[in-house]
Amino acid sequence: MTVETQQLPFDKQYVSQFSEKRNEPKWMTDLRVNALEQADALPMPKPDKTKIDKWNFSRFKHEAQGQTISSLEELPQKIQSFLDIEKKDQNLVIQRNHTVAYSSLSQDLKDKGVVFTDIFTALSEHSELVQKYYMTDGVMVDENRLTALHAALMNGGVFVYVPKNVVIEEPIQSIFWQEDDEAALYNHILVVAEEGSSVTYVENYISDNEAEETVANIVTEVIAKGNAKVSFGAVDNFAKGTTTYVNRRGVAERDAQIQWALGQMNDGNTVSENVTYLMGDGAHANAKTVTVGRGEQKQNFTAKIVHYGKDTDGYILQHGVMKESASSIFNGIGKIENGASKSNAEQESRVLMLSDKARGDANPILLIEEDDVTAGHAASVGRVDPVQLYYLMSRGIPQHEAERLVIHGFLAPVVNQLPIEAVKNQLRDVIERKVY
Amino acid sequence: MAGSTLEIKDLHVEIEGKQILKGVNLTINGGEFHAVMGPNGTGKSTLASAIMGHPKYEITGGSIHLDGKDVLEMEVDERAQAGLFLAMQYPSEISGVTNSDFLRSSINSRREEGDEINLMKFIKEMDGNMDELEMDKNMAQRYLNEGFSGGEKKRNEILQLMMLKPEIAILDEIDSGLDIDALKVVSKGINKMRDEAFGCLIITHYQRLLDYITPDKVHVMMQGRVVKSGGPELAKRLEEEGYDWIKQELGIEDETVGQEA
Repeated sequence: MTVETQQLPFDKQYVSQFSEKRNEPKWMTDLRVNALEQADALPMPKPDKTKIDKWNFSRFKHEAQGQTISSLEELPQKIQSFLDIEKKDQNLVIQRNHTVAYSSLSQDLKDKGVVFTDIFTALSEHSELVQKYYMTDGVMVDENRLTALHAALMNGGVFVYVPKNVVIEEPIQSIFWQEDDEAALYNHILVVAEEGSSVTYVENYISDNEAEETVANIVTEVIAKGNAKVSFGAVDNFAKGTTTYVNRRGVAERDAQIQWALGQMNDGNTVSENVTYLMGDGAHANAKTVTVGRGEQKQNFTAKIVHYGKDTDGYILQHGVMKESASSIFNGIGKIENGASKSNAEQESRVLMLSDKARGDANPILLIEEDDVTAGHAASVGRVDPVQLYYLMSRGIPQHEAERLVIHGFLAPVVNQLPIEAVKNQLRDVIERKVY
Repeated sequence: MAGSTLEIKDLHVEIEGKQILKGVNLTINGGEFHAVMGPNGTGKSTLASAIMGHPKYEITGGSIHLDGKDVLEMEVDERAQAGLFLAMQYPSEISGVTNSDFLRSSINSRREEGDEINLMKFIKEMDGNMDELEMDKNMAQRYLNEGFSGGEKKRNEILQLMMLKPEIAILDEIDSGLDIDALKVVSKGINKMRDEAFGCLIITHYQRLLDYITPDKVHVMMQGRVVKSGGPELAKRLEEEGYDWIKQELGIEDETVGQEA
């Protein structure tokens, strides 16, 4: 179904049929229908200093099937390159358009009660568990029109559940491959780590739509219970035709840790929000994001950590490289609520400009309502330092290569944190492609 | 004469419109160690930076040739590829680039494509040189100069010198900020480079470095020029008597740049 105006023609009937076709539990059908009813009345999100009213959020195809595969060798090389395909016991979900093409979880993790499956299977097999956390503590349905539309039209995603005290050593991985150039992705990632558990999750978004327009409206919710540890890595690489609204939200309870390493490498217009709520005492969040903007691309990134618990620690790092006529806004927000004493909010935003036409703004914001805290921020927008280039070149390294080293070094904080070698290399390749 | 020859003639250099060097003449042949001495503010470091091509320095007159090739026509990387090296007084910190990757890129930039240095050979050589310089092995995997102490940065410059094996090296105040033990270690590394082909220009305002590295020739800079040259005995006399006798001899009141006799 393709639509032509900002007014979406998805009605209550369409949404409930979509839900019923998938045998979703009634709570989900209701949630979708309610969300749709609210959507029109809700305002669009208002990212600071970026006008999104002309962006395409309405022209897309809502349903597209993809072929399943029986072995990873059937995947094209460009998808294989994200994987360690030799590896036995893959913990891997590959979503091709809106079809689960491949899904695998090691027997060991199944035996321990770990759930790692596509969101629709989770809705039928773990309905109560999903219901408990689905848009209840992280992102709310009625935050704005796009979160409501996400809830109404959700058409993909995964569910990760790690039982109490289960520590998963190997990373688990999702690949969301939009093979159909017009297919929209309303993807929902829900990660729940019970008390004392630990998990590393990595995801990749890939599409090739240069001319065809579509939409990605993604909600990710990470719930880290007491003392749990979640490390979340992502490489977003939607092509130029995709307009992206992505919300990645974390909720950390007492002594829990959430670490984000986000390579935001979309080629289309993007609004990205990454927010972590430090609810419990001693909770910790580390949010690192890197991006490269090129062409006429407009992007708006918000990284925000909100401190509610005492003695909580939040660290934000945003590094961006802007070339050609790309323009990006980086908002870093550290918010310490009243009562969150002994907390620490640190942030660093740096933008490297590679052309005169590029634009980059770094806006560090600290909102502090408690006296007994520490906080700091550093922000800079500038060019590659000529003295650094001189130093590298004085050892014989040509200027082009010297610039390359400085740029890769600048984006290294996220690259190095990605736990899967293949994904790390992919991000390096994407950076290489986008910068040169 | 083995090795290369660096020939500096009547070099004039400005920084931000201010004339610093006012006609420097100096020739360094392969196999020779030269020391350029002089009090602070006389143009010594400017000479080093100008030879390597620092972006802030503008050459307003004179010439620099390496084996007859015009150095001033070369980009900074081409100067290095031609065989020049500068151990810097204040090396840049570059985040995200490991010391080891940087060194390997540097070495490979002087080799043909397809003839890159063998990784095992590289590691072995680097380990050996780091032992020589009493450097912690984890410094190879640390980001280039990031968070290095003053002494670590100096050792790292000499490590690069030993790995890159240039024809002519310029060492800019390599002794500043080093304690006596570190100075001995660094000197040992530099002395190891000495052979009939390697030429070296050591810039310092302390004589003490020359207790460990014996120069063949000593030059004194004042007011942006070389005002006196001699053998190692000149350094000894400077240590004993300071610079005042030279100033008297030449009728110089203030030796710093910008003050004319």
